[in-house]
Formats: sequence, structure tokens, C-alpha cells
Amino acid sequence: MTPKVPSSLIYTDDYIEKILRGTRTIAIIGASANWVRPSSFVMKYLQGKGYQVLPVNPARAGEEILGSKCYANIAEIPDQIDMVDIFRSSESVGPVIDEILPIVVEKNIRVIWMQLGVRNDSAAMRAEAVGLQVVMDRCPKIEYGRLFGELSWSGVNSGVISSKRRRIG
Amino acid sequence: MDETNASKIQYQYGLETRTIHAGSRPDPVTGARNTPIYQTTAYTFDDANHAADLFNLQTFGFIYSRLTNPTVAVLEERIANLEDGRAALCASSGHAAQFLTFFSLLNPGDEFIASQNLYGGSITQFTHSFKRLGWTCNFVDMTNVENIKSSISVKTKAIFLEVLANPGGVVIDLEAVAKIANGAGIPLIVDNTLATPFLCQPFKWGADLVLHSTTKFLSGHGTSLGGAIVESGMFDWVGNADKFPTMTEPDPAYHGLTFAETFGDFGFTMKARAVGLRDFGPCMSPANAFYTITGMETLHLRMLRHVENAQVVAEFLNSHNSVDWVSYAGLPKSPYYDLAKKYLPKGAGSVFTFGLKGGYEAGVKLVESTNLFSHLANVGDTRSLILHPASTTHRQLTDAQRDAAGAGPKVIRLSIGLETSDDLLYDLDQAMAQ
Repeated sequence: MTPKVPSSLIYTDDYIEKILRGTRTIAIIGASANWVRPSSFVMKYLQGKGYQVLPVNPARAGEEILGSKCYANIAEIPDQIDMVDIFRSSESVGPVIDEILPIVVEKNIRVIWMQLGVRNDSAAMRAEAVGLQVVMDRCPKIEYGRLFGELSWSGVNSGVISSKRRRIG
Repeated sequence: MDETNASKIQYQYGLETRTIHAGSRPDPVTGARNTPIYQTTAYTFDDANHAADLFNLQTFGFIYSRLTNPTVAVLEERIANLEDGRAALCASSGHAAQFLTFFSLLNPGDEFIASQNLYGGSITQFTHSFKRLGWTCNFVDMTNVENIKSSISVKTKAIFLEVLANPGGVVIDLEAVAKIANGAGIPLIVDNTLATPFLCQPFKWGADLVLHSTTKFLSGHGTSLGGAIVESGMFDWVGNADKFPTMTEPDPAYHGLTFAETFGDFGFTMKARAVGLRDFGPCMSPANAFYTITGMETLHLRMLRHVENAQVVAEFLNSHNSVDWVSYAGLPKSPYYDLAKKYLPKGAGSVFTFGLKGGYEAGVKLVESTNLFSHLANVGDTRSLILHPASTTHRQLTDAQRDAAGAGPKVIRLSIGLETSDDLLYDLDQAMAQ
């Protein structure tokens, strides 16, 4: 999860906030059953914020991760999916997008999110070409915490300047 | 990706605005505009599962004020923001912040390199107390950066310096040292206490961690002790994993969690907090955080007057018959004048030293004869301060260490405050005539 260089990707706070507010269901590609892994931290946090999180991991298909049934691949998920969060290496994102593109309409997928350290520009371009919103090299847990005030509780620089009350997330 | 709808430019607020606003939105429940003092020891859990998530660091939130406190958190975010860093951690003092920094980096047997031009208390902490923990500090004359290269060994885990050194008016070539640290795969730690982010932003020149005694100019009024660690978020812990197992190996003090992996670019701050503050306990009090936040809101105004007055006093002393020499980097004859122009373009700080022609006896007479300058061991107050370092802050050092640190027996240190500058000149003039 650690980027070797600072990300050159700039997303406005408004862009990220609208994605997080507009999302209800998140499929996590590369979900781990090991609770000390970062993907488990992210999944549990997002569940706590009211998101329905659907784990995808072929090695754990059919088992439960944090109380949710784990699927072998994204096409198997019966529900609608607002956002796909990818916990895989940057090189592995291309094949994941190959899997997602044919089912975008059927599953009503709107957002492709790649985790911290994960960036694949050509895959992102293909996703955007069919109207998907893309975020790369970010963590939804960190962004949620940053924009809704919780990350500031740990002394992290949210970059948010505002004279309005923070909405409780 | 630059042409996507995602990449509109985020508006960037100026330093003065951020000095007042960063980290402190109105209270979400009451709308209180100023930051409340959350004078509480502990915080209720929603249920047992929430408590478990908090203790596991799986969610953000408050457990106990030794770890985090909402008032302290506002100050932490504000300092992180002003330094253009990723995250910050406050501690009970600058010394506590230093201890937590090195505890988070080093194992027994490790070494680091520090500038010999440091606050005397830091030299003592590094030389004696750190030694008992198995950490060795090698002091180097960093006014020639080549000295650093020859001192780096496989055991060296960090380089530490004060960009504007206390007390000597020495400025270190920050960018050059950062290149050396970067080449060696070790973090450069800069104590930015005397400059503050208003005068110098070390991350811009390649530093990895910035430390503060918030007691000084940040708080600004001589009311509240405090310290801070700021993390740039740019250091590659994972790429230098062999040197920093404390960051990159599963931490047995936290159920096998790996800080660099789990928290990415604010992993160091989380480590220093969740292990360092938790186990050693030097946290900042909410009341001190409140005083510091209030003081910081005028940082930009105060620093302008501090450096303006310091320049006037330094020039006055420089042409005074009783004065042997003045070491202020804002004077053109200073060997550090060009470095100060580069790293401290708004002014070379307001703490500097000078020597009296009369030597030690005249120095003692001077500090005892001022009427406006206060004779005490602090810097960065609204009031002007005067001190004889050899007999006070640098007393525990050897003669050689004192000379190397610019704190020899004839040296007088000033911290120039915000009074009428003519009054400061009058007071020094009458005191030197005694």
C-alpha cells in the first residue's frame, strides 16, 4: 500500500466526496480473510460506515469474510455493484477491467477504484471510455476518513479548510 | 490522465489563511467556532465491537487522551498543514517529540548523525540519555556537508540538524544534506523550531521528518510546553526495509500489524503514536494545545515583527563599540548570509548570539543589567530574552562541545521579541554601559 513516489494524480475533494456519498455497494477484488491485512481493515471500516461490501477472492470463494459471502469473481455477484475496489498489483488491473467491462450495464457499475500504490493508466482510460469514474492510488478508507473528519483525529493533514460544520459521516 | 473530469485543480489556500483555519472546522455538534478544550481523559465506545476496532486501529476514533484528543488533534493537523506534511503528532515537549522520533526509528546498536550546532539540551539528550538506550549519536560539523558523507556507516539510520541553529546564527545547507540522506536511504530529520514553517519549510528542500518545540515561536507567548513530529509522507520505508524493521516488519507490540504497509504515507506518525505515545506516555495536554492553537493564529504577524526587530538589533550591536562580534545570518558579513537568503528569505529568525569585548565578566554583567530583556532560558516569546548559554542551557557540555556549538564563555544569546525596537536598543545600550 505504500507508494514509492508521491502520486501525480490529483482528484478534487468534491470528486471523491461525490463518489463516496453516491456509493452503497462495493465489491473488493483481493479481499483477505487475514484480519491484520490492509484489505481487511478497509472492508471492516467501510462496513461500519454502512456500505454493503462484497469480497472477491477465488481462494476463499464460498466462505465468509467479515460476515459476507466471498465470490470467486465479480461476474458471480448477483447484486448490483456501485463501485469496484481493486486490491491487486498495478499490472493485474488490466485483466480485472477485462472482466468488468462486459457487465458494467448489468451490474450498474459506476466507479473503478484502485488502492494506494495501484495505478494503471491504460486500464483507467478503457474504463472511462465507457463512462466509468476512476480513482487510482487512493484508499477509500483513508479518503472517507479524510473528507468526513475522522482522519484528522489522528493528526493527518486532511487539506480541508472550511467555516462550515463538518457533517458527521 | 490529466484531461479527465477527475483532475480539476484543487484550490490552494495561503499560509496565513491556513495558520488560522487548518484543522479547525466548527464543532460538528455545537457549531462552536473556536476550538473547544476537550478536557477529558477517555471516550465512550458505541459497543464492544467498536471498542475492538479502535484498539486494533481498524477504525479512527478516540480511546484515551494519552493517544489522541480532539483539541490536540486540531493542533496536530494545523502544524502538519503549515509544514505541507502528511501528518503530525504532538508531545508534551520538544524533547519528548525527539525521543518518540528516535524510538520509532532505532533499535539498540543503531546510530545517527547530528549537527554539532544544536540546542544544548538536544546535545545532552543525544550524548548521554540516548546512549543508555543503545543509540549512538555521532556529532558532525555540518557547515561543511562533506563531513557527513565520511561519517555514514551501515549502522547510520538518520541525519538530524537544526536548519537555523540555536544559539549560533548558523544556517545549514539543507538541500545538500537532504541529497546525502536520500542517497544513503535514511531520513533527514530537521528541527525547525527557530525558523517555524513561516520562515522555512524543510520538506520543500527534501527533509523527511520535521520536529518542533511548539513551546517557542509556534505557541509564541511563553505559556505552554509542547513538541511536534511532522511526517512528509515521502520517505520510502518499504524500499529501505532492511534499515527500518520498526516500520516494515510486523510489530509484536501491535498484534503483528505492519505500520508502513497499513498506514502508508502516515505510517510513521501512527507508529510514534500507537506504540511510542501509548507505551511511554509523553502526551500534550488539551489545555496546552488550546493555548498553542490560539498563539499560532498570529504566527505570520509575529514572525514578521520578530525578524524585523532582530535585524535592527543585530545591526545596532554590529556597530557598537563594546561588541566584539555578532553572529546573525541576516547580516551581510555573516558566512551564512547566502544560505539564509535561500532557506529563510523572509528573515533569519530572531535568536542569535554576540560576544562582548569584555569577555565572560562583561557578559555576566550585561545579563544582570538589562531592564527590558528578561534573563531566562527560553526563546520564541513575545518578550525579548537574554541568556549566557555557557552557564545555563549549555552548562552540561564540555568546553570543546560548547565552543563547537557556538556557546563559548563569552557568548550572549538573544531572543528578540515584539517590543518597540528603539526600546530594545536603549536597554542593551544602557546595560552594556553598566
